[in-house]
Amino acid sequence: MTIALDQNRPARSYREVTRWDRLKTNRNWLAIWFMLPAAAFLILFLAYPLGLGVWLSFTDARLGRDGVFVGLENYEFLWDDTTFWLSVFNTLLYTSVASIIKFAVGLYLALLLNERLPFKAIIRAVVLIPFIVPTVLSAIAFWWLFDPQFSIISWSLKKMHVITTNIDFLGDVWNARASVIFANIWRGVPFVAITLLAGLQTVSPSLYEAATIDGATPWQRFRFITYPLLTPIIAVVMTFSVLFTFTDFQLIWVMTRGGPVNATHLMATFSYQRAIMSGYLGEGAAISTAMIPFLLAAILVSWFGLQRRKWQQGENND
Amino acid sequence: MTDALAAKAADPKSVLTASVPLTDSSEGMSYLHNVPRRLVTVYLPLSIILLILLFPFYWMALTSIKPDEQLLDLETFNPFWTWNPTFKHIYKLLFETQYPIWLWNTMLVAVCATFLSIVASVLAAYAIVRLRYRGAQWVGGAIFLAYLIPPSILFIPLSTVVFQYGIFDTPLALILTYPTILIPFSTWLLMGYFKTIPFELEECALIDGASRWQILTKIVLPLAIPGLISAFIFCFTLCWNEFIYALTFISSTHYKTVPVAIVTALVDGDIYRWGSLMAGAMIGSLPLVVLYAFFVEHYVSAMTGAVKE
Repeated sequence: MTIALDQNRPARSYREVTRWDRLKTNRNWLAIWFMLPAAAFLILFLAYPLGLGVWLSFTDARLGRDGVFVGLENYEFLWDDTTFWLSVFNTLLYTSVASIIKFAVGLYLALLLNERLPFKAIIRAVVLIPFIVPTVLSAIAFWWLFDPQFSIISWSLKKMHVITTNIDFLGDVWNARASVIFANIWRGVPFVAITLLAGLQTVSPSLYEAATIDGATPWQRFRFITYPLLTPIIAVVMTFSVLFTFTDFQLIWVMTRGGPVNATHLMATFSYQRAIMSGYLGEGAAISTAMIPFLLAAILVSWFGLQRRKWQQGENND
Repeated sequence: MTDALAAKAADPKSVLTASVPLTDSSEGMSYLHNVPRRLVTVYLPLSIILLILLFPFYWMALTSIKPDEQLLDLETFNPFWTWNPTFKHIYKLLFETQYPIWLWNTMLVAVCATFLSIVASVLAAYAIVRLRYRGAQWVGGAIFLAYLIPPSILFIPLSTVVFQYGIFDTPLALILTYPTILIPFSTWLLMGYFKTIPFELEECALIDGASRWQILTKIVLPLAIPGLISAFIFCFTLCWNEFIYALTFISSTHYKTVPVAIVTALVDGDIYRWGSLMAGAMIGSLPLVVLYAFFVEHYVSAMTGAVKE
């Protein structure tokens, strides 16, 4: 301040700190400018629709017509709708079976890839291809593989004299469920395997050497070294896996559209059918809203998985 | 001797089937394994899994070049191979359908949405990690939660929103809605990268009189290029893969993206449709596979980085 009183210096050096300067340098103001684009997208196209979806579920909105508030009517209607309960059952079945098998096969594949292998990098790259290719396009390939007449799987099994007639993969209730679950597992295993592999690579080999000297069997080495060290990353990976399996839409829509007799309708495909195809937006929104409690449960699991990881590493939030 | 004992303890059978060399130059614990054993425990299961993972692609490629009569006649021809490949299906796809337009739409939407998201995410991630404004941690947590909100519970209200904004059935509807999937992911990823850049570099620049914008563009971004590539590739893949928004918001055939168009416009009652369908699926996945082949490491680090953070 004393220098500023010196009249001999050129005036421009002591320009007063204007409000505009504050806006340019103040931490909190700067942050607002930096956050603005992301916040605009997320508020306009994520937070607002999320709230709107819950509101729509309490109205009788149709496609192209605003609805009026009808309270819990949509939910009451769904409560008595057997197709809705069938879709809930299918979703839970689909999610639990697919997630468990994805986890088991993914972990096994990760352990295999963690071995000393020739061309390891190439094999690892190839394993991830099913995850790269758009789901819809691989689902179409599965649709063709599961064709009732010209399926190569039926043909091969017939040649091997395992079966005598073609398998009706997507036309029979339980066959269709098994087929879509298989396709989902096929797509999900690479993700689980590669992320778990990244976790496995951080486990120090000296732990295994020490355990081997102490006489641990391969199973004990897995159970008491690999598994505990991998638990945090397993928690996160499986939360993602469960979340995305639970809300799956593409695979089902391409392969079966929820058929035969709604046997493969998931909550997501069912809400699409009610809201967009039949035009009952309110009802569809109610189905979507009914998915939120399940998602919250998955997010809580993820949260505690992350917490535990931080606690294990002895770090705080940063 | 300890080696032999350890091997015996680890697996008594291996002692019976093969003698463990006491002096070998093999690394770590690999002396515990011999070739026949590894063949059964590692190579065999690995090759079965790889076979299952890759067979659908082989079948896709083979179907798209098989002549029609071989496609449906599994008895006279060996279905696993063809000696007279044809490009008829691919030709039909590229010149008799709107497939090139759909490819172009997908590319346009994916590039624009990815670009918008990366710009928004860089700014947001930098602010959260380095400006440390009041409540930055809460915003970081909220962005992670936003990543967990799936499109399949948003598409119904979003379709009315898109209609209100007057962008229904235009590519703009997709370009503006895809960032909601991409921004949370790439912000989360870039936050991880920015945290690894030494704080001291920025302090030096601040002392030298650089503005925050100069610091971001001249110091942080050049150092975060691997992270930017990872985020770009992953976002691009997600855009290309997106289905439910494109299915709901676009109704004109000439605005559709490849995944939606294949399912809605290319599938007809024709019994010989499989050749061109498979060709469409193959050509639709090729750009991603090629991109992936060049940036495998970035892709893997994007995927695992998002999980590990």
